[in-house]
Formats: sequence, structure tokens, C-alpha cells
Amino acid sequence: MYIEHVARIADLNARYADTIDADQLEAWPDFFLDDGRYRITTAENVAQGLPLSMIFATSRAMLRDRVTALREANVYEGQRYRHVLGTPLIAAVEAGGVRARTGFIVARVMRTGETMLFATGCYEDRVVLDGPDGARFAEKVVVLDSRQIDTLLAIPL
Amino acid sequence: MNIHTTRRQWPAEGLIRVPYWVYSDRDLYDAEQERIFRGDTWTFLCLDAELPTPCSFRASNLGEMPVVVTRDANGAIHAFENRCAHRGSLLCLKERGEAREIVCVYHNWTYDLTGTLTGIAFRRGIAGKGGMPSDCKPEEHAPRQLRIKSFAGLVFGTLGHNTPPLEQYLGPDHVRHIRRVLRAPVRLIGGYSQIIPSNWKLYIENVKDSYHASLLHMFFTTFRLNRLSQKGGLMVSEAGGNHISYSMAQDIAGREYEQAGLRSANEGYALEVPDMLLKSVDEFGDGIGLQILTVFPGFVLQQIRNCLAVRRVVPRGLDKTELVWTCFGFTTDDDTLAELRLRQANLIGPAGFISMEDGAAAGFVQRGVAGANNEVSLVEMGGSGTASEESRVSEAAVRGFWKNYRHHMGL
Repeated sequence: MYIEHVARIADLNARYADTIDADQLEAWPDFFLDDGRYRITTAENVAQGLPLSMIFATSRAMLRDRVTALREANVYEGQRYRHVLGTPLIAAVEAGGVRARTGFIVARVMRTGETMLFATGCYEDRVVLDGPDGARFAEKVVVLDSRQIDTLLAIPL
Repeated sequence: MNIHTTRRQWPAEGLIRVPYWVYSDRDLYDAEQERIFRGDTWTFLCLDAELPTPCSFRASNLGEMPVVVTRDANGAIHAFENRCAHRGSLLCLKERGEAREIVCVYHNWTYDLTGTLTGIAFRRGIAGKGGMPSDCKPEEHAPRQLRIKSFAGLVFGTLGHNTPPLEQYLGPDHVRHIRRVLRAPVRLIGGYSQIIPSNWKLYIENVKDSYHASLLHMFFTTFRLNRLSQKGGLMVSEAGGNHISYSMAQDIAGREYEQAGLRSANEGYALEVPDMLLKSVDEFGDGIGLQILTVFPGFVLQQIRNCLAVRRVVPRGLDKTELVWTCFGFTTDDDTLAELRLRQANLIGPAGFISMEDGAAAGFVQRGVAGANNEVSLVEMGGSGTASEESRVSEAAVRGFWKNYRHHMGL
């Protein structure tokens, strides 16, 4: 059972990251439940018990809005990510889903060719494995190891 | 320090032209640290609320110079250079915390919370051998202590001997508009920092540039958060370096942007659930939906609806700037208002719907002018003056910045 959880959550996160890295952002919200929550914060805020996020969404509709804004409104230089994910660590199996923590590093590749280590951190996930649409995130909290972001964070992590 | 005034001449046209060498001249950068950041200016160091208890500290900066801000056992606030008198090591290696004294990790020299040197390990040696000669006076090399002034929950510091009193430095408009936002005891919500790939002045110019706000940031315009046609105003302090730009939340539903065919007024663009981001309350009771306030050289106080933040602009090199964001509400906030602040925080910061472009825009200029040291930028929207005005189709606050900058730099 444990290994099955690891494998299914690793698969979900692998497909999630691949979708972002392949610039298929329109498919990104579908990894979440309708009332799924997504936020990006820093380890420093978490350690201080402070609730601020860089991105804070409480529904799939809010994630779709972010994609619309990125495609239609916000101005940013061409860039792509490459996610590399660690093995999920299963923290708890609860009625509301499986809690798992997965480390990641993300390289950012600019249109100019510059590649940099953009972010490291972990996904604190709550995953519903057997919903009507298969495995989905009920909650994904991206906890960044550093408080610094270079220039801007447009594409989600 | 000597700036080569023969080599570096401000354009004869005055404030309506800014020479591009100001963003890439190393000597100028070093002179700014001395004349502006360590000179007769007030630098915002931290919120009073970041020193929540007696014997707490917070790392900060006076320009590039690292600083420790402390609250002593009696509750008084102090700030001093984060540098040991002995070999210059950083004294404080944490961003924040609590301490009865500050001890240098290198050789265990000890300081009290005012930054006064109180102990030197083995000063008299051991068993009469070694130690420091009695005529050595390490206290004369102690970390520099800043003059501190707290105003409306904001802690400012200066090293200048001739810095005017803080309220005079801020000016009456700023005193009123800072108090307007900081209406109750502050409760911290959190923070992060953003590395801006440009000279610090390009970021500050961007903040003072009320002309760009609804042209670069389409999110603002489409959702009528801030259009230049909305009622508002631009205030520039007497010396020029402090500004306030504000606009009323109520839109007059003008169509100037659509008629001008501007990119930022794309009418086909709609959000599915805008209220989840944009719902707000008029907590200040005056209808002002947006107020951006700066204090020379590098302080920003931001009210975007209910999203409140202070930003510290910290130079990290000629073409690198750290922007330290601290978001806050008030201890009097109820759950509803606290939630609105967190939702509206989607608008700001490095991932903010309306502020993500700012860091990049400053970087675009830094890269764009790489070969243009003999060229100048045009700062002529709204004429040539630096006076307050109703129109925000103006670069008066940018000109004001350069007026104050040139005064300090003798340029």
C-alpha cells in the first residue's frame, strides 16, 4: 500500500511538472479538485507561522484565471522551466487524502539562453487518489527554501 | 570621494534628461553609498512590529552597509553597523531573533544591544601572557551607531550629522498619508524578497513613474484598479525625493484607453472569479483605492485596496537590487479582512498580477542602455517641473527624484 501511494503520487507530480515544463499551462488546473487549493510560500514564512503567499488560490477557477492572466495580460520575457523532482515521502494517510512531501529543484531557461537554478523547495501535497477523475490535488503548498525570487515568478512551480 | 565631474556632466536640459551613465558608473555607485545612504538621508530599516519583544533584533541595511536593529530590555530601539570592531566580521548571522547581547562568532567579542563593545576575549591574555596592549583602544573602531527615529510604526535610521528631523524630512503630505495607512498597531503577515536585475535607481524610478502603471500593467487597467483617467493625484515633496501617487477606487468608466487602442485595454480579457482576488473594503473610509508612497532614497509604502506592504530597496551592486517586501495588516483585523489581505496579495510581489512586470522592466532598461553611456532618457511627461499635480500622466515624481539625487550627489 505504501509503495503504491509513493508510486501514484510520484506519477501525479511527474505529470504535473511535465505539463508545466511543456508549457501546457491550460492543462495545469486540471491536476486539482474543483475546490483545490494552491499556494506558494517560503520556508521563512512557514517557520514564523505567517500566512502570506506569493500565489494563493482556493479553486480551480482561480488557477484558470492565473493562466488567462499569464497568457493575455502579464508581460514577461520568454522563459521555460525544467523541474526535477525527488521521491515523495508519505506523511500521513487521512480521510481527506494522502499527505506527501516531494522535494524539487527548478531550472529556468530564458529566451536569451541563460539557464539558472531558479528555485528549490518542496511540495506539501494532499492528494485524493481515487476521485471520479483519478488522482487530484486537494491541496498543493509550494514551500520555497529561499525567500528570494530572481526578477519574477510568472510560470507556476 | 571624488566624482569625475569633468567626465560626468549632467545634461544641460536639466531634470527632463537623465544620462544613462548613472546606471553603470562604478565611482558614482560608491559615492552614492557614502553621500546618500550613509549621508544625510533617512533609510527605512524595519517595522516596529518586526521587533516584537524586548531583546529582539532584525537584520537590515543602510544601502550596502549591513545593520542590526535591536529593541533593548527597556523597549528602546537601536541600530548599529553589523561589523565587529576587531576584524570586521558580521556580528549578527540571523535575520531576526532574540538575544541579550550580540557576540561575534569569530573571536567572541561581545556587544550590548546598543552596539557598544562590552567584552573582549582574553583582552589581558592568559596567565600574564598574550592579550592586547593596554594602549590599544578597540572601542574607537566600534560599529557605527545610527540615529533612530520611529514614526507611525516605521523605524528609520541615519548616519548623517545634518539629516533633518524625520517629520520635516518626510514633509506634511507624507506625515498625513503615512498615518492614514498605519492607522492601528501592525500585525505582520509575511514577506519575501525579489532580486531586481538592475541598478537600484531604475527600480525607484519605476515606482515613482505614475505614467507607466496602467500602461505596462494590463491587469490594473482591465479591472479598473488604476487608470490614469481615474480621479487621483500625484504629490511630490519640496526637496523632490518623496512622492505619493493615489487614485480613488471608484471608476468613472471612461473609454480613453480603448479609444486609444492601447494594448493594456484588451476588452476580451475577463476573469472567471475576479471577486476571489479583487473583493475589497474601504477600510480607510476615504475612497482611496491605491496609494503608493516613497521616501528618498529607497522606501516604499504600498496600499493597493486592502493589500498593505512596505518595500525596502537594497542596492546589491551596480546592476543588482534586492527588494525586500513585508506585508502587514493590523491587530484589529477580523477574519474577513485578514482573508481579503491574503487574497489581494496575489496582486503584488514577484508573482503579483500587477507587480511582476516591474522587476523585469527595470532590467530591460539596464540591458537596453548597455552601450548608451552618452545617450539620455526623456523624462518630459507633464512638463519639466516637480510640483504636485492632479494628473498622473506625468513624470514629475521621477524628476523630483533626480532633483533630490543631484542635490545629495553634487551633480
